[in-house]
Amino acid sequence: MTDTEAAGSAGTQLPPTEREFTVRQRTQTQLVLRRFLRHRAAMVSLVVFVLILLWAFIGPHLWHYSYQKYTPDNSQPPSGKHPFGTNASGYDAYAQVMRGTQTSLKIAILIALGSTFVGAIWGAVAGFYRGFVDSLMMRIADLVLTLPLFAIALVISSRSGGSWYWIAAVIAGLTWAYVARVVRATVLSLREKEFVEAAKALGASDARIIFRHLLPNALGPIIVNATVLVATGILTETALSFVGFGVQPPDTSLGLLVSQAQTAVDTRPWLFYIPGAFIIAIALTINFIGDGLRDAFDPRQQRVRQ
Amino acid sequence: MLAYTVRRILVSIPVLIASTFIVFLVVVNAGDPVANFATSRQPPPSKAAVAAFSRHIHADEPAVQRYWNWITGVLHGDWGPSVQPNLDIGHDLFTRFRVTVTLVAAAMIIALILAVVFGVFSAIRQYTAADYTITFFGFLFLAMPVFWFAVLLKQAGIWFNEQTGSQFLGTIGEKSPYLEVDTAWNEFSDRIGHLVLPTITLALVSFASWTRYTRASMLEVLNSDYVRLARAKGLRRRTVMVRHALRTALIPLTTVTALDIAIILGGAVITETIFQWHGMGEMLVESAATVDVYRTMAWLLLSAVVVIGFNLIADLLYAVLDPRIRYD
Amino acid sequence: MTVIQKGEDSGAVLEVEDLSVEFPTEDGLVRAVRGVGYRLDRGDSLGIVGESGSGKSVTALAVMGLLPATARVRGSVRFEGTELLGLPDARLSDLRGSGIAMIFQDPMTSLNPVYSVGYQIAETLRRHQPGLKSRAARDRAVDLLGTVGIPSPERRVDNYPHELSGGMRQRVVIAIAMANDPDVIIADEPTTALDVTVQAQILDALETARAETGAALVLITHDLGVVAGHSDRVAVMYAGRIVETGSVEDIFYTPRMPYTLGLLGSLPRMDREEERLTPITGSPPSMLNLPPGCPFAPRCPLRRAACDTTEPALRKAGHDLHLSACHFADELVDTGAADVFDAVGADSEALARFADTTTPSPHSTNAEEDSE
Repeated sequence: MTDTEAAGSAGTQLPPTEREFTVRQRTQTQLVLRRFLRHRAAMVSLVVFVLILLWAFIGPHLWHYSYQKYTPDNSQPPSGKHPFGTNASGYDAYAQVMRGTQTSLKIAILIALGSTFVGAIWGAVAGFYRGFVDSLMMRIADLVLTLPLFAIALVISSRSGGSWYWIAAVIAGLTWAYVARVVRATVLSLREKEFVEAAKALGASDARIIFRHLLPNALGPIIVNATVLVATGILTETALSFVGFGVQPPDTSLGLLVSQAQTAVDTRPWLFYIPGAFIIAIALTINFIGDGLRDAFDPRQQRVRQ
Repeated sequence: MLAYTVRRILVSIPVLIASTFIVFLVVVNAGDPVANFATSRQPPPSKAAVAAFSRHIHADEPAVQRYWNWITGVLHGDWGPSVQPNLDIGHDLFTRFRVTVTLVAAAMIIALILAVVFGVFSAIRQYTAADYTITFFGFLFLAMPVFWFAVLLKQAGIWFNEQTGSQFLGTIGEKSPYLEVDTAWNEFSDRIGHLVLPTITLALVSFASWTRYTRASMLEVLNSDYVRLARAKGLRRRTVMVRHALRTALIPLTTVTALDIAIILGGAVITETIFQWHGMGEMLVESAATVDVYRTMAWLLLSAVVVIGFNLIADLLYAVLDPRIRYD
Repeated sequence: MTVIQKGEDSGAVLEVEDLSVEFPTEDGLVRAVRGVGYRLDRGDSLGIVGESGSGKSVTALAVMGLLPATARVRGSVRFEGTELLGLPDARLSDLRGSGIAMIFQDPMTSLNPVYSVGYQIAETLRRHQPGLKSRAARDRAVDLLGTVGIPSPERRVDNYPHELSGGMRQRVVIAIAMANDPDVIIADEPTTALDVTVQAQILDALETARAETGAALVLITHDLGVVAGHSDRVAVMYAGRIVETGSVEDIFYTPRMPYTLGLLGSLPRMDREEERLTPITGSPPSMLNLPPGCPFAPRCPLRRAACDTTEPALRKAGHDLHLSACHFADELVDTGAADVFDAVGADSEALARFADTTTPSPHSTNAEEDSE
């Protein structure tokens, strides 16, 4: 702004300053982060989830019992020696739950990463090219969506022999289509935006537009979906393992631990409740984190609050 | 609308063929029933017996030919051979289907009614203690593994029966093996008693997600301009809530419900396993464990038809409820 | 306002006094409206002008009692002598639609998509005229549709909103507003969402509605041109307050507040030979933590020390009914926008800003929504 003496009046005229601009401009990332940090449930959940993650992956190296070694103590309730007790064969439940959490988390995270990777590219390509490519790709995705996830996973993974990456691959192979749909919808609206037009006008290649302009801008929904998929993943895997088609002994997962304990709810309740509580804790914190991220990326929903 | 329905059904046929074909290839390659047959029996069967078994279940034919024979056979009511001797897959399927339908229908109806009640209440009382409570339990139920909750309920049922000295809550099977007094009423109440716990189990997850959905949808509508205009016209709060907000907010729920049918069928598998129902869930688990290709396919075909049917019904219902959608 | 004495009620159908509205948010208290007052006589027409976020719509919703429950409303709103603030919702809803009617900005979303327009008009008729048979309500709806200029109304009455154009839908909303012969119609930016070509028709329909019902009109807009043609009096709002009010002539020919000057300067006019428009630079202040002093000061080319310390009250400027909230209103006699706002400097700055916003950056899609 420029100083003006046009009014020509006496007195001390001050140049108009930009008082409202003294508030520091924030980048989009900072804004998202700030909104996320304010979401109390999401923040608490994030802390809890990270703690569980560290515990499951670092804990086994520090704990003096192995999940696959007998101890002389059979059917012990939780104590200082065995914080989560032992089972009828003398396995230390603390070591087993730790191992089970690790396996379940590994599978769930792989599911989320795998299906997000495939689904995001699939959806972005379909949404970007539209027309025939879009129809074909989305019909395939729709086809996958009509398959009952749990039933198909059950049938296929019966062949897995319990290897964790195979189970993850099977489930991810059935969930990527959800991501593809979400990303396609976002990309369809983004591709009409000016910055895509500008990139096109500047002669950017299709791949560059997809990977540099469309996908980064669709990051919000992609991240939110990936988070939700971790919850879906852990619930599906544990259910599979429970029915006997997922992780197989001697390895273990939270679902398998609950399955093994289901006949002993009365006699050795700690074996049943503790792994169950871990599944709930993981799925619950993940859902809260996803909720916080959704609010952070999509402030329109918060406007309601005013 | 009739023309649209017919067209939709016609379009569904290639979808059904494509999806069953893919699934067939997957299932055929998911295990080796002949090897199972050859190794798992004592004394080991002769080579000739193994070859005969392989021929019996068409394991010696190429997959594409098997698929073709199977799908054309199904059209004539022939569901193919099972690895179990003397098992009529078609009969098995429909007997079990009836059992499962009761469970799924009861669970869906209950989940839907409760979801609408709690979702709407939560939306109207947004940011009150009631809303937070409902939201928290919604999150909790969404995070709750069905199998874990089912085992817990089963224990609770046994405890309840012990406390009351009754046998009302059935925890095993869809009905008692036999009844002392075999009247129609007794049979009915026996079935209801067996239905209670599995229904609660199966309804739980859908209830949670549909409640959250109803709440969000209701909130969106409550903040819409037309609800504000309806209030500005002088309509009373209650009238606006029911006639303008609820009526419009529930429309998208039809689609969500229909899309979730696949998830509910999956949940039914777990529920039936735990409560030992002789329904479709048990059938799937058994056939997956025994690598029974045609029995698995029968299950998947029927569930695919159910899923596609539900989507069609949802789309038609949508057109009835929302004048913006017209099919012709 | 123009004083038309009408027996004992002294002419005022709507009196708003010292109205303030606050919204508690996570970031703090948003003071959306800060002491707004106006008086509307029977048949009178008041234009309320201001940028988005200046509190125009919130004021209107406060009058209607339609603000969300979290809003804190203080002051006084009297309709025909009855205090509306604090009235139970049931009593208020008797008045809404029959005493005071409202027209909203976006006709595309104002009508419920699942009911026919006839049903939505009949609904308001039957709400306020309990004895009305549905047949008669329908006939009346057809009449109303004809009145607001919808061709072949007897056919249109059964249409759903999505079958009508935006202009037609806004006519339906006007028909709903006039259905029960209200004494006041509040039109909140009724033409903003519409094509320029349709705007004049809608304003005509609004005039027809006024003529038919004899209602007083509060016309909220950010378009001074609309106000000039359809209002007797004007109130200019800025940062939740009325900063200048007077007759249309006062505001257009002898403005006494730099903000009004700025608004006029950014309006293309056929009646003056000015070479270029003079935009107001900067943007309205956040209603959260409003600094002391005149809220317009940061954007005001005439700003002086006093402007940063005390907020000027709305005082007489010129004659009795022309009020202005500027410390230096008296110095603005016979001043035009071009004298105060620098056209050239502003232009280059605007250009720089434009260049800024068109630069592609990730996440730019949400950027403007983050002000809360």
